[in-house]
Amino acid sequence: MSHTSTGHAPAGSPPAASPGGPTPTGRGRSGKGRSGRGRSRRADGQGRLAAALLSPTLAVLGVVIAFPIAVAVWDSLHTTSEELDADGLVVEGTRFSGVRNYADLFRGETGDRFLNALWNTSFFTVTTVVLETILGLGMALLMHRAFRGRALFRASVLVPWAIPTAISALLWRWIFSADGVANAVLGREVLWTADGAAAKYAVILADTWKTAPFVALLVLAGLQIIPQEVYEAARVDGANAWQRFWSITLPMVKPALLVAVMFRMLDSLRMFDVPQVLIGTRKPSVETLSQLAWDEAMNLRFGPAAASAIALFLYIILAAYVFVRLLGADFVPRGGTTPHTPRRTARFGRGTAK
Amino acid sequence: MNTMTLTGTAATAIALTLALSACGSGSDDKGSSSTATNDARGPITFATGKDLTGTIQMLVGKWNTAHPNEKVRIIELPEDGDQTRQQLVQNAQIKSNAYDVIRLDAVWTAEFAARRWVLPLDESKLDPSTFVPAALETGKYRGKLYAAPWLTGTGILYYRTDLLKAAGVKSPPTTWTELTDACAKVKKTPEGKGVDCFAGQYDKYEGLTVNFSEAVQSAGGQVFDASGKPQVTTPQAKAGLQFLVDGFKQGTIPSKGVTLKEEEGRRAFQDGKLVFHRNWAYVYAMASAKDGSSKVNGKFDVVPLPGKDGPGSGTLGGNNLSVSAFSKHQATARDFITYIVSLETQREYGKEQSFPLSRTALYDDPAMVKLYPYLPVLKKSLQAAKPRPVAVKYSEVSAAIQDNVTAAITGKKTVDQASTDLQTALSGLTD
Repeated sequence: MSHTSTGHAPAGSPPAASPGGPTPTGRGRSGKGRSGRGRSRRADGQGRLAAALLSPTLAVLGVVIAFPIAVAVWDSLHTTSEELDADGLVVEGTRFSGVRNYADLFRGETGDRFLNALWNTSFFTVTTVVLETILGLGMALLMHRAFRGRALFRASVLVPWAIPTAISALLWRWIFSADGVANAVLGREVLWTADGAAAKYAVILADTWKTAPFVALLVLAGLQIIPQEVYEAARVDGANAWQRFWSITLPMVKPALLVAVMFRMLDSLRMFDVPQVLIGTRKPSVETLSQLAWDEAMNLRFGPAAASAIALFLYIILAAYVFVRLLGADFVPRGGTTPHTPRRTARFGRGTAK
Repeated sequence: MNTMTLTGTAATAIALTLALSACGSGSDDKGSSSTATNDARGPITFATGKDLTGTIQMLVGKWNTAHPNEKVRIIELPEDGDQTRQQLVQNAQIKSNAYDVIRLDAVWTAEFAARRWVLPLDESKLDPSTFVPAALETGKYRGKLYAAPWLTGTGILYYRTDLLKAAGVKSPPTTWTELTDACAKVKKTPEGKGVDCFAGQYDKYEGLTVNFSEAVQSAGGQVFDASGKPQVTTPQAKAGLQFLVDGFKQGTIPSKGVTLKEEEGRRAFQDGKLVFHRNWAYVYAMASAKDGSSKVNGKFDVVPLPGKDGPGSGTLGGNNLSVSAFSKHQATARDFITYIVSLETQREYGKEQSFPLSRTALYDDPAMVKLYPYLPVLKKSLQAAKPRPVAVKYSEVSAAIQDNVTAAITGKKTVDQASTDLQTALSGLTD
């Protein structure tokens, strides 16, 4: 949210408007792509107009984002105690308990459950995202080729993505039931939906099936903007198929691929519906953080529920931050230039890449 | 400066929105606390499960014709129990008056009553002595009636008459030993090849709590005693758990039992893969289907559940009707409940759909018995049945039971260990 406001603010900040300060240098960022023409002409009243016009958006953002987060934090710092009076009626008292709900995430029985859920969440995220990226990339490359029945193939790849997650989880539960298709194919009785290692595989399989097409779709969009001339030039230079893939396709599709991986990572960190519907609640082998928070909330323990939800929230932020830092993913196109050309393509012909 | 104006405006807008919403809930509070004004008459809503046969609509239509100023509108809630509870709890927490009459699962009575989400009912107006006694019990909390019994039912034992006959077993089992003996005989016959012995519902969900309670009761124990103290470490309670654990160990209960819920078990029985099956009354009609969906039609019958040393005891399932504490037209809501659970309305309802109802007279009615041949067995079972534990934190009680029983039947804990752990967990939840 703060990005939105600082991103817009410089547009309405003429030099005269900031008292006691020179023109902020840090804000030059958004103006990089465009030349400064016309900015100094802006009248004072326009700034206020801009503020007035933006305030509904900010108010909505405040109500739907800032307010719930604030309430969740408040909840996570409180504990609701319940006692029964003489008639057996509940007397509720909410009191401030500081960081106790957070400390409980790391000690005792609740701690075991939280750490187990944290482990499951991370495990599912790593495995499903890796599988989905590889499969998605493969599907995208296939979809990108010209062959008979390509339209049909493209459409059919998207079918899993079009099915609501809960419904696809139900389908998989049917497949994975004790006398289901999976066991019939394997020829032995694996208890997939019982609490055990098999349940983990079931969840990974169902989730990969469902979301690999999503990765494929985004990667396909990335593939389609790679100009054919680059490949032709590479061929002339004598690059073989693997070299073309490794040195042209992959670098040029990297921005799209990273966006896809980022989305998938954030998505699977809050995985809920697949394990919930496919395996069930409170099954340690698959319980994710979202399920844990949900279960606590359903039992009206809002303090602990909020604490684990906030912990998940921070974990996701951290994961996103590390991801952006490590891979240098750049999601905001700089200046006016749309998808920027990776440096490595220069080897095969700068001029042809636009 | 512009940024400051911006945040200032935004802050004002947020503050305004919050103030508005605060006003909203404030006035709502005032409305619900003064009960006198809520005891009025007028149109109400009836939150219930899916009306599959359209009979509820027909019954409500009759009421609406007779009470043009107090019309009832049906709101269908999700079929899944947990989702229904979630929706009702959320509504209660915001003190919404969206639902006036609500259908409560038998095990939610304590929670909803203790949290003051539903109001006490005047028992005397409901002709209480003609209810199935155990069903009436499920509507009570601390001696007061909060929910009028409507639908009820308990577990019964389905068994394959053809297999028992082929194996020379003359009468269906009344004890666990007779059950396992019968299975051993069936196994030796050519028809009994590939047929598993017995299964109930042992997946980790509410059904496991039901099956565990039944095993404990059928061994002469009880999960909670009359004063509400957990009693799962008694020899009887342990014997109940031992029966389930041994069942899995010896293969009496197939190992896939840990993935079975009602529907999975019903399919297995219908496909002829089980000799004995514990389930609710609804299975009867489906297993009797003559359209080819059931391989066992005409080859099965029902008896009350067997026990350790004699007939067993089922737990009660069922749905009762309550008046929401946030209803604005409570007088109408109470009258409507009286109408729906009356013997005459129930008789009419029972003719159209097979879910067992709460008035004793219906179980002896020849017309009803002709429609539903299992009613005499069910009546006998209901006399021995007991409600599930009454606890305000029922869902946590049930979760503790499921955790420990699952650990026991999958061999992760011994029976002794699981019982002790469960006793500790339950003691912590009921203090």
